[in-house]
Amino acid sequence: MRKDYKLEKRKYVIGGFIVVIAFIYLLRLFNLQVIDSRYKDSADSNAFLRKAIYPSRGIIYDRDGRLVVYNQPAYDVMMIPRDVQQFDTLDFCRTVSITPAQLRRRLADMRDKRLNPGYSSYSPQRLLTHLSPEDYGRLQEKLYRFPGLFVQKRILRQYSYPVAANVLGNIREVSQSDIDADPEYAPGDYTGDLGIEKSYEHFLRGKKGQEIFIRDARGQIQGRYEDGARDIPAVSGRNIRLSLNIELQQYAESLMVNKKGAVVAIEPSTGEILCLVSSPTYDPNILVGRQRGSNYRKLVSDPDKPLYDRAIMAGYPPGSTFKPTQALILLHEGIVTLGTQYPCYHGYVNGGLRVGCHGHASPIALKPALQTSCNAYFCWGFKNMIDRRGKYGSSANAFEVWKKHLVSMGYGYPLGVDLPGEKRGFLPNDKFYNKWYGEGRWSANTIISVSIGQGEVLATPLQIANLCATIANRGWFITPHVVKEIEDTVIDAEYTRRRHPTVSPGHYQPVAEGMRMAVLGGTCRAADLPGIEVAGKTGTAQNPHGRDHSAFMGFAPYDNPKIAVAVYVENAGFGATFGVPIGSLVMEKYLNGSISPARKPLEQRMLHSNTIQFSGTKKH
Amino acid sequence: MAQKNTDISVFGRVDWWTVGIYLVLVIAGALSIYSASYDFDHASIFSFSEFSGKQIRWIGLALCLGLVILLIDSRVFDTYAYPAYIAMLMLLAVTIVIAPDIKGSRSWLVLGPMSLQPAEFAKCTTALALAKLFSSYNFHLNASRNNYFKALAIIFVPIMLILAQKETGSALAYTALFFVLYREGMSGLVLLAALSAVVFFVVAVKFSSALIFGIPSGQAIVFFMIMLIMVLMVGIYCKRSVEARNLLIWFASTSAIQGILAAFGVPVPGYIFFVCVLAVACIYCMIVKFHSAARRMGLVVASVVAAVVFVFCIDFAFNHVLQPHQQMRIKVALGMEDDLRGAGYNVNQSKIAIGSGGMFGKGFLNGTQTKLKYVPEQHTDFIYCTIGEEQGFLGATAVLLIFLALILRIISIAERQQSVFTRVYGYCVASYLIFHLAINIGMVIGLCPVIGIPLPFFSYGGSSLWGFTFLLFILLRLDAARK
Repeated sequence: MRKDYKLEKRKYVIGGFIVVIAFIYLLRLFNLQVIDSRYKDSADSNAFLRKAIYPSRGIIYDRDGRLVVYNQPAYDVMMIPRDVQQFDTLDFCRTVSITPAQLRRRLADMRDKRLNPGYSSYSPQRLLTHLSPEDYGRLQEKLYRFPGLFVQKRILRQYSYPVAANVLGNIREVSQSDIDADPEYAPGDYTGDLGIEKSYEHFLRGKKGQEIFIRDARGQIQGRYEDGARDIPAVSGRNIRLSLNIELQQYAESLMVNKKGAVVAIEPSTGEILCLVSSPTYDPNILVGRQRGSNYRKLVSDPDKPLYDRAIMAGYPPGSTFKPTQALILLHEGIVTLGTQYPCYHGYVNGGLRVGCHGHASPIALKPALQTSCNAYFCWGFKNMIDRRGKYGSSANAFEVWKKHLVSMGYGYPLGVDLPGEKRGFLPNDKFYNKWYGEGRWSANTIISVSIGQGEVLATPLQIANLCATIANRGWFITPHVVKEIEDTVIDAEYTRRRHPTVSPGHYQPVAEGMRMAVLGGTCRAADLPGIEVAGKTGTAQNPHGRDHSAFMGFAPYDNPKIAVAVYVENAGFGATFGVPIGSLVMEKYLNGSISPARKPLEQRMLHSNTIQFSGTKKH
Repeated sequence: MAQKNTDISVFGRVDWWTVGIYLVLVIAGALSIYSASYDFDHASIFSFSEFSGKQIRWIGLALCLGLVILLIDSRVFDTYAYPAYIAMLMLLAVTIVIAPDIKGSRSWLVLGPMSLQPAEFAKCTTALALAKLFSSYNFHLNASRNNYFKALAIIFVPIMLILAQKETGSALAYTALFFVLYREGMSGLVLLAALSAVVFFVVAVKFSSALIFGIPSGQAIVFFMIMLIMVLMVGIYCKRSVEARNLLIWFASTSAIQGILAAFGVPVPGYIFFVCVLAVACIYCMIVKFHSAARRMGLVVASVVAAVVFVFCIDFAFNHVLQPHQQMRIKVALGMEDDLRGAGYNVNQSKIAIGSGGMFGKGFLNGTQTKLKYVPEQHTDFIYCTIGEEQGFLGATAVLLIFLALILRIISIAERQQSVFTRVYGYCVASYLIFHLAINIGMVIGLCPVIGIPLPFFSYGGSSLWGFTFLLFILLRLDAARK
């Protein structure tokens, strides 16, 4: 019996030691497994590879169902940095037709947290974009040699007609601010830029889907997570039918070649825009794919500003196309009746002021004044309204009434077309003049030029076309828009609702008659189409940039209008020389489908003339 | 007595609790290995080409071995302890020469279709030899220095041979036998010193970056710990409460003055301060010792001097003695570096796997991290990950508690022996298990540096399983023969 009872107690020290260790380990396990959730997330990003499935973007048709914009596949090379092993860089570069220097820069950019804030070596990163199908084919065969790389199918836009870039817009990669604003976006996604691609982005883009794969430690895909039960299919974007007639658009663009300006045609009964031309323009196909960046920079720096949609953004002096608005206001306010006549001695002469006019009979009534585009008549009318203190109290009050009528006709504020970037044109108000001249120190004669669409008044071609449509409808309009239908959706109620200007509808008929007379025997005889009753109004706008701008607005047929068109050509001279021919050709083309042989020379002249050479030059 | 012993069959006297725990552990181990190496090809658990199939073969053979051991006369182990030990040392030495180089280690003997690691079996012979030494006639560890020398020689000869095989982890496991020496009479101060050394090292390395009093804050903390230990030793170990109180006042007041000076921008160099304050305390203790013949005061002073020297050595040892990869492993274990690509990768992935298990786990065969090979060595050293991921906190806790139960059961078996041989041998088994459990699970959950040793009964591999089976069943046989 050699048992030492004092030493036997040491079993508690040894047993206690392992009990304490086990207790510490239990605490640690509890912390790792139950309290700390970081490890679960890490495990997910370890084992699950989430690949986005990109939906096909909505297809765009024109009003007659012609295919305008569709999708073509493109291939992005994706890279999961931590799975990448050494590979033959030269072989890779040759396969996808880039230089090793480009690849190195691309890799550096990708890892740059400033350029690519979402960078993570665990998740797929975009290495190259928009591989051509040939490069894709070559790469696909060799992909096994480049572990960590895979190819993701994307879509690019393709345009059947090289026209309407300003209406259609294009798509670009989302920026960080897009991602911040809309959680639907992830880096590398596309979003609409300009045109309806932007304004109808939410309908066109569809909804992204997701595939979940199980990935092992070497980055190899081991299969689908739960056999794909958790995958989310992509939802295609909605197709859109434009109100544009793409062939009319193409024809109008061809007429505007080598000219600066805009052509807008509207179907008066629906407010649907039939063509919306801004010139100079560009082929939308150049903003597709890998060359988008360099082409976009070229467009931005082009002095002729092709990206600037003159049809809805440019504020032009409306010139004589403004006179119908004056006629309507004067009639509505009772300043003139159809019988009222004003004298015109080759112009308006009053209070030491002279506004020139051209030769015609004098004195003159409203309809002939519209027919001959008499400046004096509208100056007198304007003066009689603004200076009628008995009725309005002051010139400022009278001017506000004048302005209110114009705003109701769509001037001075954006009309609300369904395209991004529409501008308001410009209408001065009394405060503007009070500031300019001093309160009470201005009167009708001070600002007389606004009555003939000069001076401070500016309008977009869209606003001019909308006025024309309003007159064609004899007193109402629907907000102009370029989208006729969205698949499985109704378009915004704003684009089906009639808007009524404040002028009584009854006053529109005489104005329309005056415009009809202008075609039959006035300023726009060239718009008299065989077999079609056209009404029109020319405009010749003085401007500080060189020769006068040539403008025209007109609608046809006179009794049952199908088209209202506005043409504005910068620095092209009289309204009759460019505005009327182009406008009438657009109407003829739309209504008849072809140009009559008698008018072919006119068409040829328009197709081949060049007025862009005069733009920006000083008046001679 | 001997008559009675033979009357009852060995199976009537075997400790069935331990056998039950053993069976639970090996079966759970086989299932974990099946899960860890489970592939999407859905191979059978019994397929001999799979790890789990092979492990089942190892388990079957291990059970046969266990049965054979239970049928052997218990006196055989006592009788042949030294010859077996010597034979195993020779085998270890031969292994260094003839073993093929596998990942830098020369520890595997290839015998036809199977490879065995003699180092795992040497655990058993070393334990038997140590038991034999302690059970020799009139042997007391503290009786002479020579006895210590013999015991340490039995432990360190295999350690040296295994280190020569470049199996550091296995070699370190033998140091657990100090628990046995402690149980048989070695001073507790040795364990305390070892524990202090580990704590000092961890604190000094972990807090080496920030400065306090012009020295690394870790070292300053260690100096304060030395002060505290000195007060406690004088008070408890030497039972001199008055002197302990005086020392406490001395340390507290000087530290306060140092702190105030530092706060007012009068820097007193930290090393000079601590060395001077401790030197004064030591001189005080020596005066007390000579004045009133206080017991053990010399030992206290020696400990303090050794501790201070140790502190100054830590920095040098860490930066100049340890290999860079070892430094990195220690830094990772101390949470100072992540190094997720290199040394920290295993541990990080292991923590991710365990952490993702949650409270209830992902279910058998549903673990993604282990299945997809994110955790390296997951069927051997990191097998505990599979439990943690698939069985969750509950499963991981259960496994830990079963091991704890086994160890405590072995300690209780050892303590109920009349025979010193069996008691010492039992403590050897317990010590090995304590070391393997603490280091293996500690490494998997990121609390210890990565040292490649298996989890007993769980990890894939015949050598480890057989080695521990030998250890355990010899103890059961000896226990069954107790009087």
